Amino acid sequence: MSFKFYGGVHPKDMKAPANKAAVTVMTPPPQVVIPMSLHIGAPCQPTVAVGDEVKVGQKIGDSPAAVSAPIHASISGKVIAIEPRLHSNGTMVNSVVIENDGLYTPSETMVPATEEQLNDPEAIVKIIREAGIVGMGGATFPTAFKISSGKGQIDTVIINGAECEPYITSDHRTMLEHPDEVLGGISLIMKACGVPKATFAIEENKADAIAVLREHNPADSGIEILQLPCRYPQGAEKQLILTVTGREVPPGGLPAAVGCAVFNTFTAYSVYRAAHEGRPAIERVVTVTGSAIAEPKNLLVPVGTPVSYVIEQAGGFKKPPKKVLMGGPMMGNALYDLSVSVTKGTNALTCFCEDEDRTVENPHCIRCGKCSSVCPMRLEPNFLYAYERKTDYEGMEKFHIMDCIECGACTYICPAKLFLTHSCRTGKAKMQAKMAADKARAEAEKAKAEAAKEEKK
Amino acid sequence: MNEMAKLTVSSSPHIRAAHTTQSIMRDVIIALVPAMIVAVVMFGLSALAVIVVSVVACVFFEWGYRKLMHKDSTISDGSAVVTGVLMACCLPANVPLWIPVVGAFFAIVLVKQLYGGIGKNFLNPALAARAFLFSWPVIMTTWVAPNFTYGADVVTSATPMSFLHMGQLPEGISIMGTFLGTIGGSLGEISSAALILGGIYLVVRKVISVRIPLSYLLTVAVITFIFPRGGNDNLTWMLYNLFSGGLMLGAIFMATDYTTSPINPVGQIVYGIGCGLLTVFIRYFGSYVEGVSYAILIMNVCVWMIDMAFRPRRFGVSKEDEKKAKAQKKEAAAK
Repeated sequence: MSFKFYGGVHPKDMKAPANKAAVTVMTPPPQVVIPMSLHIGAPCQPTVAVGDEVKVGQKIGDSPAAVSAPIHASISGKVIAIEPRLHSNGTMVNSVVIENDGLYTPSETMVPATEEQLNDPEAIVKIIREAGIVGMGGATFPTAFKISSGKGQIDTVIINGAECEPYITSDHRTMLEHPDEVLGGISLIMKACGVPKATFAIEENKADAIAVLREHNPADSGIEILQLPCRYPQGAEKQLILTVTGREVPPGGLPAAVGCAVFNTFTAYSVYRAAHEGRPAIERVVTVTGSAIAEPKNLLVPVGTPVSYVIEQAGGFKKPPKKVLMGGPMMGNALYDLSVSVTKGTNALTCFCEDEDRTVENPHCIRCGKCSSVCPMRLEPNFLYAYERKTDYEGMEKFHIMDCIECGACTYICPAKLFLTHSCRTGKAKMQAKMAADKARAEAEKAKAEAAKEEKK
Repeated sequence: MNEMAKLTVSSSPHIRAAHTTQSIMRDVIIALVPAMIVAVVMFGLSALAVIVVSVVACVFFEWGYRKLMHKDSTISDGSAVVTGVLMACCLPANVPLWIPVVGAFFAIVLVKQLYGGIGKNFLNPALAARAFLFSWPVIMTTWVAPNFTYGADVVTSATPMSFLHMGQLPEGISIMGTFLGTIGGSLGEISSAALILGGIYLVVRKVISVRIPLSYLLTVAVITFIFPRGGNDNLTWMLYNLFSGGLMLGAIFMATDYTTSPINPVGQIVYGIGCGLLTVFIRYFGSYVEGVSYAILIMNVCVWMIDMAFRPRRFGVSKEDEKKAKAQKKEAAAK
C-alpha cells in the first residue's frame, strides 16, 4: 500500500549501462585530501598533525558538537599538510592531506562489535557516531544525531532506495551486490531507533534488486520491501514519507515531527560494515557516468580522492566535457575544478559533453503553469520567480518560498527554460538574510529600550 | 588546466525536458490546421488571404515594436504567428484586408507588447482585437455563405447564431451541418469537428489539459439543456448551441491561452465554468448574437483573482489547519 505525492516529472532514467556494471574497487590515489567538513553541522578539528603516520580507519578529525560526525583516514600514509583546500561546495575548507604509502595498514581501532553491543540500542548509536556515518544519499546529515534526537518520536523507519535521480546507480548496485549487508544494516538501525518495523522503498526500475532483496529478507525481519512507481523526486525525504505513510511533514519541520526517520540505502550498508567489520565511513560507491565518460561504471572510492583521479579510473573523458556534476543531473553540483575531493555524500559524478540543459537567452515565462503542476511541494514557482526578481519579501513569504526543496522539477519541465529552481534558491537566501537582519535589529532595539529604561531609573 | 577552464558552472538541475515555447506554439498551429483547411474549402482563397495577412501583420508588429524599443526579438517563439492565426479564425472570410492589419496592430502592440510582451498580457490578444474590430460592425457581421450549400456566390448569409439569438432553431441547417462546418460564420469557427480534432491533438501532446475546455463546454451544455429557449426540444437546442458560433474555437483555443487563464487546477475549472455561464448569459440576454469572445475576455480579467482564491493546499498543512490559521488571523486583525 502506498500513497501518491503531488506533481513530479519523468526524465529519462539513463541508468544503463552503469546499472549493469558491477562495483569495482578502485586503485587508491597517491594522495587524498580529506576536508574536515563532510557533513551538515559543525566542522571537525584535525586530531592529527603534519608529519604523523596514519592508518586506514584511524580518526583524523572530530568535533564535540552534537550535530557532527568524526572523520577517518581512508588510506594509510603520512600527513603532509593540513591547510584550507577547495571543497566541492565551492568554499575553502580546512583539509588533511595524506600521502599514500601503498601499504593500506588497517588501524587497530577497526574491530567488529561484540554480540552484546549489537543488542544494545545505545551502543549501536555510539558505533554509528564513532564510524562517522552521515546521510550517504547526499544530504550528509549525521546519522547518529538523527537517531538520538528522534528517539521516542519515531514510529516508522523508512529506507530510501528510490534512487530517483537519472544516471545514478550506486545504491542499485549496492542492493544487488550486498543484499544481506544492507538488510543487516537496516535491522541495526531499527534496533537503534527502537522500532520493530521498517519500509524499504525502491523504485520499480530496480526490479532485479527488489527480487534479490525479497529473496534474502528473512520472514521475521520486520522489513517490508515496497516497490514504488518511478517518478522524480520519489526519493526526496518529504515525498518518500508521504508515499510510504500518507503523512505530510509540516512546513519547516523535520521528519521526526510526523514520527518518521529516513535513511539512505548506502547509509544502512555503512552501518552494517561499521558494526560487523569495525570499518568507518571511509569509502563509498560512486557512479561515474554521462555522455562524456568513456566507460561508465560504479567505483568503490576512498573518501578524499580527487574527482579527476576517479574519472581517470573510468577511462577518462571520451569527449571534452562541458559540465562535470558532483551528484546527479537534477540536484548535482556543477564543478569548475576537478581537484576537489569525493566526500561521504558523493553518489555520482555525472559528466556531460553536450548542452543537456538547453539554456536559452532571455527566457520569457508564458504562464503555462507546468511548474506548479509538477512541484511536489505544491508551490507556484512562476510566481516565486517573479517575486524573487523584484526581491519582494512579502510575496515570497506568501507563496511559501522556504518550503522549496530545490528538487529541480520546475526548471526541468519549464518550456520557456526559466531558471526557476535557481530563483527559489536565491530567494531563500534573501529571505534568510532578511530574517537574520530583522532579528538583529529587533534585538538591538530591545537593548536600546532597556538601556533607556535603566537611565530613567 | 585548459580542460577545466572550459567547464560550465550553473545551478541545478542540469537536464531539461525537450519541449520549448516554440514547440508548444508549433503544436497549437498544427492543431489549427484542420480548421484552416475547412475554412479554405468552405470560403475559398479569400479565407487564406485573411489568414496570411493576419499572420504576417502580427509577426511584423511584434518584430517592429521590439526593434523600436530596443528589446530582444521574440518573433522566433511563434506566439505572434499563433495570435495571427487565431485572430483570422474569428474574422468573417470576406473582410477587407486592412481589417486584419488593424486588428494585428491592436492585438500585438496595444494588448500584448505594451504590457511587456509574451506571458504578460492580461487579455487574449486575438479576442481583444476582435472586440476592437467590432468598431466596424457591418464589416464584422457580413457573413459569406459557404461553398457546397448555396453555391459559390458570395452572398450575405444568416449564421445559426442569428436564429438561436431569436430563440429559434436554425432554418435549413442540420445539427450535422453545424458540427461539420457547412455553415456561415467566422472563418475558423464553423467546423466543430475540425476544432475538436485539434483539441484532441493538443490534449494528447499535453499542451493543454481538458479542464478548461471541458468545464466550459459542460457548463454551456447543462444550462442550454435545462433551459431551452422558444420551447424547443432540450437536446436539439443544446446541440445547436454547442456546435454553433465561436464556442468550440473559444473553449479549445482561446480560453486555454496560457497567459490569460489560471494556472491552478481548481482555478481552471472555475474559470471554465465562469466562461460557460457568461457565454450563455450573453447569448440569451445580450444584444450581440454571440457571447463567447466577451465571456472569455471578462474571465481573462478575473484570472489573477481566481489564481489567488484557489491556491493549492500548502504541503504539510491540512485543510483544518488552514481554517484555524485563517480564523486566528481574523481575530488578530479584529483586535
